[in-house]
Amino acid sequence: MNESMARARDIITSYSGRPLRIMEVCGTHTHEIFRIGLRKLLPEQIDLISGPGCPVCVTAVGFIDEAIWLALEKRCIICTFGDLIRVPGTEMSLAGARAKGGDIRPVYSPLDAVELAKANPDRQVVFLAVGFETTTPSACLAAKQARDAGLTNFSLLTANKTMPNAYQALVGSADAFLYPGHVNAITGNATCYKLCIEQGVSGVVAGFTASELLTALAVAIKLLEKGEPFFRNCYPRVVKDEGNPAAIALMNEVMEPCDSEWRGLGMIPGSGMKLRSEFADFDARIKHNMPVITGRPNPACRCGDVLQGKIRPCDCKVFGKVCTPLHPVGACMVSDEGACAAYYQYS
Amino acid sequence: MSERTVTLAHGAGGTQTNELIDSVFKAHFANPMFTGDDAAVLPQPQGMIATSTDGFIVSPWKFNGGNIGKLSICGTVNDLSCMGAKPLYLTCAFVIEEGFSMDALEEIAAAMEKTAAEVGVRIVAGDTKVAGKGQCDGVFITTTGIGEIMPQAHTSGTLAKPGDAVIVSGDVGRHGCTILLARDDFGIESDVDSDCAPLWGTVESLYQVTDQIHVIRDATRGGVGTVLYEIAGQSSVGIRLDAASVPVDPRVKGVCGMLGLEPLYLACEGRLVIFAPQEHAAAIVEQLRRGKYSQNAAVIGTVTAENPGKVIMETEIGTQTVLPQPKGELLPRIC
Repeated sequence: MNESMARARDIITSYSGRPLRIMEVCGTHTHEIFRIGLRKLLPEQIDLISGPGCPVCVTAVGFIDEAIWLALEKRCIICTFGDLIRVPGTEMSLAGARAKGGDIRPVYSPLDAVELAKANPDRQVVFLAVGFETTTPSACLAAKQARDAGLTNFSLLTANKTMPNAYQALVGSADAFLYPGHVNAITGNATCYKLCIEQGVSGVVAGFTASELLTALAVAIKLLEKGEPFFRNCYPRVVKDEGNPAAIALMNEVMEPCDSEWRGLGMIPGSGMKLRSEFADFDARIKHNMPVITGRPNPACRCGDVLQGKIRPCDCKVFGKVCTPLHPVGACMVSDEGACAAYYQYS
Repeated sequence: MSERTVTLAHGAGGTQTNELIDSVFKAHFANPMFTGDDAAVLPQPQGMIATSTDGFIVSPWKFNGGNIGKLSICGTVNDLSCMGAKPLYLTCAFVIEEGFSMDALEEIAAAMEKTAAEVGVRIVAGDTKVAGKGQCDGVFITTTGIGEIMPQAHTSGTLAKPGDAVIVSGDVGRHGCTILLARDDFGIESDVDSDCAPLWGTVESLYQVTDQIHVIRDATRGGVGTVLYEIAGQSSVGIRLDAASVPVDPRVKGVCGMLGLEPLYLACEGRLVIFAPQEHAAAIVEQLRRGKYSQNAAVIGTVTAENPGKVIMETEIGTQTVLPQPKGELLPRIC
């Protein structure tokens, strides 16, 4: 451990002030915090809670049902990030749909799905576009590439989400946020400054190494002790105030804001992204005349409360009993970035 | 010239079946015990015998560092070896998809011959079936083996003891990484090659150091991480893993970094995890490092009485955390 890490560690372990609630918004942070055993350093006054930053976890049940409908009713090839395959829908997961003959394929990038469409001209290929500002640009690029290639057998089923309005929904749930470094690298810091100045919401942007996480947490604790609202960028090697203008321009060219349903948080106005009308031919819901499909989450699952930091995973009655990584009841138990999966695996 | 392929007639039991057996399998597997009778008749070994069976469906059938034929010999040879048993005889059953290349089949049989010869194991019986197009994928092989357990060998997954050193015989995750890249799903170029190797010689060399080898297990599907959890569970002990000392090839590390994979959970096909008393650890590692397939051997942890069933890691910020267990479909059809 180098000197700056040791100093940050001391600040964290020696804290003895008022109780603090700090929320890590990002799923990758949740995973790393568990991997390095960061919670074990915390004095009892500091409560580090996990927020709704895992794209798989916040994807609504109805979206999985829609994807299954495309796979089983329309016999489309469904391309998806691997984590989504095991997320429970109302009746089954995509893994269940595959067992029933659905053609479900994990891909690494949306552009792989475009290539698959080119290689299978007689099949309809649908990419499940989920995620935040970090993954949305690549889905937009896929739509553009498909259009430029004249593909008529490729479309996106969108559930893309954006963070600014979600922060709004989370105001008051923590004393400070650890903002997701990857998202801010795209969006820039304007939203965080605005939240700080206009609503007194405190937070720091954090990177992902052990050293970066320790530093960001130590900075947040020091500034919380002073009592004034603050915003600090503790990940300056990657995050610039202006973000990534090229990625923002690409997103705005292909998609536009829409209302979006978040698992656990419900419908948040303006918190989603959908394809613009110019790209309607690549919108799976339009292209395949999809009916309105409404999902029904398992009532025993309390992922919603976990995602808002209201309860810890172990406070949920099904956690670790009927809900395990092998048999997930809720989405938070599926992805490595999900709070429940992380709690389960590291405890 | 059109490529020669396997047809349904090759599996029908008639002249063409005999042709296939004679031209491909007998040509490579010939030995005095491989007769035309319904069963092989074998002399009885003096010691206890070990037997094991394993099916192989790896896709693609050929990869950097081996093919399904080599893998099918190594898999069963290594399972026997881990019990301290010298592999003596193997049987093999092929299910071949109609249309599979005859040249490819030849290549597979040649690899089996070469690998079996290296170990000194004889292929004494076999079976061939041809499945219709689409009913299987390429070629599937099942091998079954018999080995004679060395009198001084007494190993089992239940015998790990607190204080034992945990030793791995080489760098981890190469086979899984190789197959992942061979499928070309990720557009990543790397010359990483499989660690697929027959390990009887490696096991035999351990006993030149000491007879006190408590556990030997080959890390296949699920990798070294899965083996550690299996042994922690079977022996009701804890394992303290020094994550920094686990040998990982830089190419594997690079690929894992890009894809978010844990090398400890990627498959190996030529790596042993060995549990032995701490006082023999240095000599075992030294002996292993002299071997052809175990030059990167290292001590990676110790067995504890605390935390039974768990694998605990030291982290870079000075805390301890459990090694998370793998789940679900990391990668199908890896072996």
